[in-house]
Amino acid sequence: MAEFVTVQGMQIEVERRGAGSPLLVLLSEEAAYEGSSPFLAELAKAHELIIPQAPGFGRSQRPDWVSNPDDIAYIYLDLLDKLGLKNIPVLGMSLGGWIAVEMAVKDPSVFSKMALVSPFGVKIGGPFDRDIQDIWTLHPNKVAELKWYDTDFNKRDYSSTPEDEVAIVARDLESFARFCWEPYMHNPKLKIRLPRIKVPVLFVWGDNDGVTTTTYGRAYSEQVKGAKFVSVPKAGHYPHIEQPAAVLQHVNAFIG
Amino acid sequence: MDAWYFTEMPYPHLPPLDEITTMRVSLPSKLYDPKIGADLYNRYLDEYMVADDEGLNMMVNEHHQTATCLDVAAPLSLAILARQTSKGRICILGNPVANRGDPLRIAEEMAMIDCISRGRVNAGFVRGVPYEIFAANTNPTQTVERLWEGIDLIQKAWTTHDEPFNFEGRFTQRRAINLWPRPYQDPHPPIWLTGSSDLEGISRAAARGFVFATFLQPHAKVKELFTAYRASYRLNGQPGGGGTAFMPLVYVADTEAEAEAGMKELLWYMVAKTEPQYRNPPGYVPVDFNVKALQGAYSGRTDAMRSQTLEFQREQGVVMYGTPDQVIAQIKRFYDLVGGFDHLLMMMQAGFLDHKRTCSNIKMFARDVYPAIRDLARTKPLDLPAAAE
Repeated sequence: MAEFVTVQGMQIEVERRGAGSPLLVLLSEEAAYEGSSPFLAELAKAHELIIPQAPGFGRSQRPDWVSNPDDIAYIYLDLLDKLGLKNIPVLGMSLGGWIAVEMAVKDPSVFSKMALVSPFGVKIGGPFDRDIQDIWTLHPNKVAELKWYDTDFNKRDYSSTPEDEVAIVARDLESFARFCWEPYMHNPKLKIRLPRIKVPVLFVWGDNDGVTTTTYGRAYSEQVKGAKFVSVPKAGHYPHIEQPAAVLQHVNAFIG
Repeated sequence: MDAWYFTEMPYPHLPPLDEITTMRVSLPSKLYDPKIGADLYNRYLDEYMVADDEGLNMMVNEHHQTATCLDVAAPLSLAILARQTSKGRICILGNPVANRGDPLRIAEEMAMIDCISRGRVNAGFVRGVPYEIFAANTNPTQTVERLWEGIDLIQKAWTTHDEPFNFEGRFTQRRAINLWPRPYQDPHPPIWLTGSSDLEGISRAAARGFVFATFLQPHAKVKELFTAYRASYRLNGQPGGGGTAFMPLVYVADTEAEAEAGMKELLWYMVAKTEPQYRNPPGYVPVDFNVKALQGAYSGRTDAMRSQTLEFQREQGVVMYGTPDQVIAQIKRFYDLVGGFDHLLMMMQAGFLDHKRTCSNIKMFARDVYPAIRDLARTKPLDLPAAAE
């Protein structure tokens, strides 16, 4: 069931699904794909999922002033206030993982636990180091190899998809670039703020992630005190899509 | 009608096209020989001087990280022309305001060159083609916002003469703006703006009285854009009919066969190889275009026209070539098809087209074609009071 909640003057689409203890799910840039994924269907058997669509994603509005995940974090903090949710676990994937981290450093009491699947968000190396591969400058075939263990997951056929659904995919791609183009996939201040996170954090990574490698993932996790890092075989940047069972096992064991 | 000579200053001496994946953005500069480049720069500037001697106006532009265009800083080439030519007007089309990111520096450069040239500058602004995004790392979803904020600030800087003013916008913040020098032309050089499909942008250009220019588009599309421009120009109460400009590739020769051979060399520009990700960065075109892209029916703004046959491109007016009489007829036909236009911007050199034939093209156009089109009426005003003047 999708509803719309007005936050900071914009309509945010929120889906609630399943029954059980509440779990905030912050989708990745593959939001349109994840919505109907086996991963979320399975997760909904044990939890009530609260799944907002970020500004510019799904059917959520995108005012011009929303520029980056930092802005989205404040919008989501207000959203949780409106929904009366506090101190709940969060699962964030890729862009959604980054937004979850931005929320946690702003309000360290907002989450009880954080499960992060290959989040973007920090820069580890120096100016000449490429921490995160450039998915917008490299050839699309190369990007597919970096993103996926099995590049068949990159193939999408929209020829018989209704136009309004394709429009959501197209707008999601645009919004992703709008929020993450520069600084590329990170907030220069975020690494400095990570020590503010005091709750249990689990980092889940795909062994074959070429966009953000496990080296990046481990370095990211080491910036968060006490964080646990696990990696999943035969999976790229979206392990929850390629290996849903393995990721579910880790997430369920962590969140309970 | 005014005619303008233009070259992108190409560097065509590349390995065979099947050995490289792209001529743009990521082509290694080890393939650029500075000695050949030096010869090319000087030759291309010489050709602008020939155009000036022959009575043509001159237009320059800039691109980055590409073998198709060595002019990476159009204000520099414009400044050289300001000193080395004396007759024609010099148009920069244009300043990539969004990608340069410092509108006031552009305002200063234009004012300085306008003074050096004693008021011969036409100052154009462009949003920048898609592959320019990568060299500048501009957010592709923001270029329109950046462009217009920059233009508004530049105009204000050119026309404020009494005291410093403040600007705290979204992309630029300055608190003591006080331009020295001010432009030679009063209130400022004529402003041109390019566009290819964005009707809202065209409407904004018309409302401010800018000249509107479009490049390498089929005549039906040009008519649609020019009609939108004129309607908006009139609605906003601007005087006269405004100004419209179109750029085809142009080659004139004694025989049609010779002209066709010359045109085929100019087409080097049209087939410039580019990797797909550089043609359509996310958010550069509106969502409805990208719906088509996801469905496989769109691969970039200019892809469709570039892959067409020469005969088709000629029928569409994107290329104009032949004997002087044939080219005169083609220009007049295009003029009638699009409801008239004011400026013919001509890419007359591209690829390997050598100095001798480039000069022959310039001279034959200036002597045998220009006189026959020069007096074509400027864009007719659509409103009756202005038409009566």
